[in-house]
Amino acid sequence: MESSILSSILFATIVAGTPLIIVALGQLIAEKSGVLNLGAEGMMSMGAIAGFAVTFETGNVWLGVLAGMAAGALMSWLFAVVVLTLMGNQVATGLALSIFGVGLSAFIGKPYEAEILPTVGAIRIPLLADIPIIGNPLFNQQILVYFSWALFGAIVWFLYRSRPGLVLRAVGESPSSAHSIGYPSIRIRYMATLFGGAMAGIGGAFLSVFYTPLWVEGMVSGRGWIAIALVVFATWRPFRVMVGAYLFGGVMVAQLFVQGSGLEVNIPSQFLSALPYLATIIVLVIISRDQNTVRLNAPVSLGQPYRPDA
Amino acid sequence: MILKKIISKLALLALLGAMTGAGMAADNVGFVYVSPIGDAGWTYQHDLGRLQLEKETGVTTSFVENVAEGPDAERVIREMAKRGDKVVFATSFGFMNYALKVSKTFRKTAFVHATGYKMGKNMGLVNARFYEGRYLTGVIAGEMTKSNVLGYVAAFPIPEVMQGINAFIQGARSVNPKAELRVIWVNSWFDPGKERQAALTLLSQEADVITHHTDSTAVVQAAEDQGKYAFGYHSDMSKYGPNAHLTATTHLWGDYYVKTIKEVQAGTWEPTSVWGGYKEGMIALAPLNKAIPADLQSRIRDLEKQMTAGSLHAFAGPVVDQAGKIIVPAGQNMTDEQLNSMNYYLQGVVSKVPN
Repeated sequence: MESSILSSILFATIVAGTPLIIVALGQLIAEKSGVLNLGAEGMMSMGAIAGFAVTFETGNVWLGVLAGMAAGALMSWLFAVVVLTLMGNQVATGLALSIFGVGLSAFIGKPYEAEILPTVGAIRIPLLADIPIIGNPLFNQQILVYFSWALFGAIVWFLYRSRPGLVLRAVGESPSSAHSIGYPSIRIRYMATLFGGAMAGIGGAFLSVFYTPLWVEGMVSGRGWIAIALVVFATWRPFRVMVGAYLFGGVMVAQLFVQGSGLEVNIPSQFLSALPYLATIIVLVIISRDQNTVRLNAPVSLGQPYRPDA
Repeated sequence: MILKKIISKLALLALLGAMTGAGMAADNVGFVYVSPIGDAGWTYQHDLGRLQLEKETGVTTSFVENVAEGPDAERVIREMAKRGDKVVFATSFGFMNYALKVSKTFRKTAFVHATGYKMGKNMGLVNARFYEGRYLTGVIAGEMTKSNVLGYVAAFPIPEVMQGINAFIQGARSVNPKAELRVIWVNSWFDPGKERQAALTLLSQEADVITHHTDSTAVVQAAEDQGKYAFGYHSDMSKYGPNAHLTATTHLWGDYYVKTIKEVQAGTWEPTSVWGGYKEGMIALAPLNKAIPADLQSRIRDLEKQMTAGSLHAFAGPVVDQAGKIIVPAGQNMTDEQLNSMNYYLQGVVSKVPN
């Protein structure tokens, strides 16, 4: 009995953490190139409605995810044009993108508010899924959960083991230096921003197509902001982003389980609701307390506009 | 949230611009909604009432949806009064002070505020006895549960929510003394992801009939996915869980709106405080699911008749709280004052009241 509860907590934790991981890892890449895009909430909302609408119209989940990705990328392209080509302020433009995306998704989504999608089934990995306790949570999940792990692996490899990753980080440190040795800083920032937008779109589509298969205005409910905060608190390290996302999901799910167990708990539920935020911040601050590593990992040119001379 | 306010402000400017151009020939009635109308939920039910009003009285109506509970609300209400609307219905708790303020400037306009507690010289109040429907769904839950564990996803511990929770377990215990109710607070009116997670948590911990006092349909959907039962709230949500959705507590405002407008037109309107339930036709159950046995269905219909006649009260004594203290002795009904200050759980709820 107890092990089955542990198993379901673990299962729900992974599901709750998945959209945060996908979005945060995308933002991590963008920020590593020096672009701070605060528009994640808006891009997720657009990804959510695009994913839902296309899945609903075509019945194909894959097209839905693709549409979500495209919508997120399109939003981030708008952002990139303003901040990279027109040299707009990144913070202000990002905030505007958030507001715009949430509002526009509500407008586009009007006709879909009444609709529902069938639940997307899980993909069970034979044998591995039979391991007690951890088997089911780890190996009997929806496809995008596996995708988030693949994304993590790919990003770690890209950033720390590949040459383009090195260039990306160099642009984030000093776009003018990268430019002076012949790298197209602006174009690299464009690509990183588009990637961040695409991932935010997939994260949004995960919410509306996989997690709660429905569309309602405002359904992203702040997860875009949490993802942005995760990147910062995780000091731009992919593994810490994963830890933070699962920690956040885990504490949220665990407090629901405590409330639903029927056990007597003398903790106000308001405090329990705040606990995921608190726990995530505390843990990430503790593991990131070393000022040197923070300085080492934070992209120096983050948020600063850059115009190549000639 | 600040962002939301900014968005609604922009929307508002556009809307007001469009509205001032509209004609004022017939009597106009304004509605202020806190959320988008959507396809189910609190505002949707009010909009059904608005449509009924148009159809039955021929007045023209206009509405502004998604109005934040803040200074925006005052501007919308003021604008409606200024352009000469006969009646303004402000349909969310947070509009109360703004409606009251505007009502002092526009003494000739009738204002009606839903769910509040402050009345004015030309501002009346209206609310519905949601707990009556909750009691009946509790009866169904008590009969339908196999595990004797029921679940409730709730937003914030205000009296209205507490009434719903307690009425639900009162109803369940009236037919099944072994029934227990577990409550999860999600501390949010609207977060489909979290609501679903809370529902799944309840279902994975023995609960087999669940309901919710939050604003999305996620809980009903979660029960459908798990092959368990759920009740909708505000609106018929059977679409979101054809097998799971046993019925829903719904509220109907149309008759009240029609009555108010007729009184205003006849010049007999006085501000009143109406708290309507079955008797006033303001509470009803959505169609009952076929999964509910025929004899239980007819018993529910009977109970509905008793509620309409006033012979059945959801909190008829003895009402006993968690600690075993008798709140209402046998033979008496809970007073409205007691209902409005409810901040405790009754026997049968196994969770603890937050704070």
